[in-house]
Amino acid sequence: MDALLLHRLHFAFTVTYHYLFPQLTMGLALLIVVLKTVALVRHNERYNEAARFWAKIFAINFLIGVVTGIPMEFQFGTNWAQFSRSTGGVIGQPLAMEGVFSFFLESAFLGLFLFGEKRLSPWAHWASAFLVFLGSWISGFFIIVTNAWMQHPVAYQVLPNGSFEVTSFWGLLMNPWALLQYAHNMSGAVITGSFVMCAVGAFYLLEKRFEEHARIFVRVGVIAGAISCVTQIFPTGDLHGRYLAKHQPAAIAAMEGLFSSQAGAPVVLMGQPNETTQSIDNPIVINNMLSFLIYGTTRAEVKGLDQFPRDQWPSPLPLLFYSYHIMAGLGTYFVALMLLAVFLLWRGTLFHTRWALWPLLLSFPLPYIANTAGWMTAEIGRQPWVVYGLIRTSDGYSKNVSAGNTLFTLLGFMGMYTVLSILFIVLVYRTVSEGPSTGVAPPLARLTPSQGA
Amino acid sequence: MGFIWFWIVAVMLAAYVVLDGFDLGVGILHPVLARSESDRQIMLRSIGPVWDGNEVWLLAGGGTLYFAFPALYAAAFSGFYLALMIVLWLLILRGASIELRVHIDDPLWRSFFDALFFLSSALLAVFFGAALANVIRGVPLQADGYFFLPLWTNWRVGPKPGILDWYTVIGGVVALVALAVHGALYLAVKTEGELQERARTFVRRFWAVLFGITVVSLVATIAVRSDALANYSAFPLAYAVPVVVLGSLGGMLYFCRGKSDRKAFISSCIYLAAMLVGAAISLYPRLLPSSNDLGRDITVQNALSGPYALRVGLAWWAFGMVLALIYFVVVYRMFRGKVTLDGGGYGH
Repeated sequence: MDALLLHRLHFAFTVTYHYLFPQLTMGLALLIVVLKTVALVRHNERYNEAARFWAKIFAINFLIGVVTGIPMEFQFGTNWAQFSRSTGGVIGQPLAMEGVFSFFLESAFLGLFLFGEKRLSPWAHWASAFLVFLGSWISGFFIIVTNAWMQHPVAYQVLPNGSFEVTSFWGLLMNPWALLQYAHNMSGAVITGSFVMCAVGAFYLLEKRFEEHARIFVRVGVIAGAISCVTQIFPTGDLHGRYLAKHQPAAIAAMEGLFSSQAGAPVVLMGQPNETTQSIDNPIVINNMLSFLIYGTTRAEVKGLDQFPRDQWPSPLPLLFYSYHIMAGLGTYFVALMLLAVFLLWRGTLFHTRWALWPLLLSFPLPYIANTAGWMTAEIGRQPWVVYGLIRTSDGYSKNVSAGNTLFTLLGFMGMYTVLSILFIVLVYRTVSEGPSTGVAPPLARLTPSQGA
Repeated sequence: MGFIWFWIVAVMLAAYVVLDGFDLGVGILHPVLARSESDRQIMLRSIGPVWDGNEVWLLAGGGTLYFAFPALYAAAFSGFYLALMIVLWLLILRGASIELRVHIDDPLWRSFFDALFFLSSALLAVFFGAALANVIRGVPLQADGYFFLPLWTNWRVGPKPGILDWYTVIGGVVALVALAVHGALYLAVKTEGELQERARTFVRRFWAVLFGITVVSLVATIAVRSDALANYSAFPLAYAVPVVVLGSLGGMLYFCRGKSDRKAFISSCIYLAAMLVGAAISLYPRLLPSSNDLGRDITVQNALSGPYALRVGLAWWAFGMVLALIYFVVVYRMFRGKVTLDGGGYGH
């Protein structure tokens, strides 16, 4: 195995695993604020109990997110030294800002939120929940700004030594790519949070336990889920897709499996890209659809992969094709499921319609898959560049770190994360089977010693 | 600008050592001082609401280092690859051990995480000390500005050093002892009764060890880097720093004997900060000296980011630090006072 592949796998594995946790905490943070707000406004203690239950799930996820997030910041230097050296003058900025503006905020107020409910007034406790939400969403923003610059470099100049320097602070932060990607990504995080909340609610309803709380979970989850599933496709996905088509035409051609340019380009719903014959095997297509989606007219010509030299094709191409199709397919399913659930909720029958509660329970892993597939689409689509059009991935990794050392630490992370996964599943299972507790005293502070944020 | 950012990074890392230092110290002392389950819980609770925030100084400091000195970040992080990965694994295990222990009330589950908490805290202290010693000793930089160090070679400070050699191991031991004493002084402030008494006794017993190893490390540094005192000769005023080191060492013992725990703990904070400032003075303007070819030193000048980025950075950094200080004041005030086991965990 060559060093480049191992360095790519190293980052891909650790970041993919890491992002399983923040996508839930960012989504849940918002939903917890919603629960706390309803509790305050309507003086409904059930909503506070619901918030406390989700705070426990949040805390476990947050911990795994923090400890698996630390390696991400270090790996820019350890595994991608050449890239870091050239680009630190630009993306070092948002990464440092994430630490200064987000991590301090989150770590400080999570402790108050989890353990301070007895000491704080209801409004102050609401504020601590809000600040945790704010911190986690700011953190997401700075990471997206960093990634967006790699996808679509703006506001930079090349210094005499070949490295890059930012030329406009606001230009970097307000990169149009970053704004579109942020909206799309955060909506995706809310989808994960909503589906997980719905699934736990549906589970309790099907089991006929904790039904009062379960109805809150399903109601909040379905409403938030319906809103976020729709915004995921329109406007955020739609706008992001068009911007991508304009600035990374090779990526969109590969995502859609469009080998040759054509007017009235089709959308391939299903099929297997064949790089040898440069065609799609077993295609199921909608004619003219791709031209319409990108340009608003069925006649427009869309550039195919034949317009780009082979060494600028994203690789691995089939994986990109599948990632994109899995994301888009699941996204469509999410909208259908959530609109159905909203309809039943409006009719007042959802809570005892078992055939609808079952898919709500079973679907919770799917947003994780969709979010992961979406990120794979973005990151593989950017290949063969680490910074689009400026630095090739093959020029970015740490040449001084051998393949043997990289494999050693990759295996180490795999082992470590296997252990973390087991611990995580055990603890979440316990929390869900214990269920939300009723009563005024905060169960976290009463039942378990207060040990940190 | 380079001078300012050198000290910004140095101060952030010093803040990390002083703050996360005491919770690492509590981890090192966990099996030594705790005699019962309630002792173990009290020790963990004393750091519970703050350890994560303390650790953020490492992340924020690392991010700032990347931003201000990208060439140093790239060379050092890839060159110390294996040691850094081990540090990352230890940070993961330590975070998990602190937070997950409470979730299941089972003696085996708790013992497992207790052991993990101790081992990861102690090894982290050793690795951080060794890391600083590596930076002081220097590394065999190649012409392209990169290097790669194995974990160990022949344990000598020679032309082919490893991350661990006799000199860097001394650095690791200094950190281990210093953070253990630092943690004990923190516990003396945060606890009462027998546990507090045991923490004070630990400080009195290990003070001489800390004093001895500190002196040994200073002598060893001068032996390993003949130019370690160059800046001190140029600016004799800098000799105030080693005087502060010795003074704060004395203060630790004096105040601990007089049961002025808070003052003793502050002395320990000053001791750690002064040791780091002393090392930083000795380094400046180098960031990572070369151990073979002096022309290859990574310095403030050749690793610095562009002027615009640094100017803007100064503005948001100052603003962000004010916010961070406010959060820290809020949290430490909220959880001030002695740790007890009843109620929400924190009585007054």
